[in-house]
Amino acid sequence: MLPFLARRLASLCGVLLCVLTLTFLLLRLSPGSPFARERKLPPVIEQQLLAKYHLEGSLWTQYTEYLGDVLHGDLRLSTKYRDRSVRELLAQSLPVSALLGSTAFLLASTLGIWLGSTAAIRHHTPLDTSAMLLALALISVPTFVAGPLLVLIFSLSLGWLPVGGWNSPASLLLPAITLAGPAIAAIARLTRTSMLETLQAPFLRTARAKGLSECRVLYVHALKTALLPVISYLGPLAAQLLTGSIVVESIFNLPGTGSFFINAILNRDVFLLGGVVLVYCVLLVAMNLLVDLAYTWLDPRIRLDA
Amino acid sequence: MATHAPLRPGLLPRLLTRPTASLSLLLLGGVVLVTLLLPAWLHSNPHLTSSQTFCPPDAAHPFGTDLNGRDLLARTLEGARISLLVGGTGALVSLVIGTSVGLISGYVGGRTDALLMRLVDVLYAVPRLILIILAGFLADPWLQKMLAALQGGRWVSYSKVAILVVALGCIEWLTMARIVRGQVLSLKTLPFVQAARALGQSHIRIILRHLLPNLSGIIVVYLTLTVPAVILDESFLSFLGLGVQAPQASWGTLLSDGAMALNPVHSPWWLLLFPATAMSITLLSLNFLGDALRDALAE
Repeated sequence: MLPFLARRLASLCGVLLCVLTLTFLLLRLSPGSPFARERKLPPVIEQQLLAKYHLEGSLWTQYTEYLGDVLHGDLRLSTKYRDRSVRELLAQSLPVSALLGSTAFLLASTLGIWLGSTAAIRHHTPLDTSAMLLALALISVPTFVAGPLLVLIFSLSLGWLPVGGWNSPASLLLPAITLAGPAIAAIARLTRTSMLETLQAPFLRTARAKGLSECRVLYVHALKTALLPVISYLGPLAAQLLTGSIVVESIFNLPGTGSFFINAILNRDVFLLGGVVLVYCVLLVAMNLLVDLAYTWLDPRIRLDA
Repeated sequence: MATHAPLRPGLLPRLLTRPTASLSLLLLGGVVLVTLLLPAWLHSNPHLTSSQTFCPPDAAHPFGTDLNGRDLLARTLEGARISLLVGGTGALVSLVIGTSVGLISGYVGGRTDALLMRLVDVLYAVPRLILIILAGFLADPWLQKMLAALQGGRWVSYSKVAILVVALGCIEWLTMARIVRGQVLSLKTLPFVQAARALGQSHIRIILRHLLPNLSGIIVVYLTLTVPAVILDESFLSFLGLGVQAPQASWGTLLSDGAMALNPVHSPWWLLLFPATAMSITLLSLNFLGDALRDALAE
């Protein structure tokens, strides 16, 4: 277990370094200055701004100094939202995205697994066909179509739910459904495929021969094994959902992290981009670690130190 | 790419026995035909503005008109053309890169394999839209200069679309590379490959004559699934205003306009409904086709 965790930590550092380097270099090499505004700044002021934000000197010194600061836990100041630190911006927006993301994640995993396993158990019945049709339809309707359509129907026509904003639990509902839609479909399809394979396995015959109830055979023995590939999809999905989605945030006007990913690039806000990418990567690796741990629990034959 | 038959004999007939597959082929053919032929027949100009703004669907404008009084049918058709073009070409770019990387990684093995697969891992870890947008920033000025020199600059406005196609193709190859690599790893241990090697055939020849034909089935399946993924990415970027630039339209920009026009006082639903339907039908039939191909291959 310990060597496994150590190896994972080492690979996390490697991935973080690569990803930070890639985003920093690409954004610094892009044409355009982080301080470009409608009115051109006098060169002296621009020079001072560059100095204040540690963006002068050769690209190599900028890069190494930035890495050093990140290692010390300093994510620096945002160049767009002047005088506010990246840490502060993240602390404000992450809770919103995390709440929305975890709601969507719970919705997607429970509905998806239920839909997929039911379809597999009722294989070759109209229920199976319609569940898979529904899943494919959900995949083919992207979030930026589903979001406005849901607003049009439930907020503008029926007036049941708020159009957007972040003030009541009800305002969480539409964005969470929008965000969860494609994920439900993907999870349902994965679960069904994997469950169909598992249902052929001999160990289920053993379980039935032991006299276990059909419910226990299907939902404990079969589903537990069938969930393995689903779990490895859920890891990256959680990281993605928790860090927010720019589309959902812009449609429903939410103050989340997702919009930073794109806006930081558009504003050449190197450190803000570095911050959100860092959060995303750490979450991604952490979730993958959880996936591996869940694997050993779901299938005791799997050993992590192997 | 492959000079040999792209599908194992019997795959197409097996495919056509599936009602969903035939239906989605039919739908897809319909969408492509309509996209190509209808604009010429209608003589409608997607850029022609008029004073009839936000006109609901009627006989003159079957899909209604938008904020600038442009005919939405003509705009949806233009959007379809650009989206399909970007999806198709982007998927081809990803096919070439993904297959080459997967083949090399799996066939050469060892350090090359480890290096390429770590590259894939890192690219998976960067949110891919960031890469696409940054690639656009880096390449756009350069490409615009190149295009400006060509034929008096009439292609300059296409530089964004061209970059989008290449960048999307360069990002969407990751899954393809992994799958091809996995297949190559198992294929290259099979007796016929070893026999070919024992006969003294060159590596290039083994890859092209023995490995590629055996991979073509799975490559076609993932190609079919990459097209909708690229179309989705393109319209996502266009929705955010980072893809196709006005006055050109793609499904993404149309949907973004439609979402923007919604407000509690007046909701022009047609601006959203028609492009959304066109896009969803296309994506649905492509996904169906990919699924059916995969099932037919597994049979």
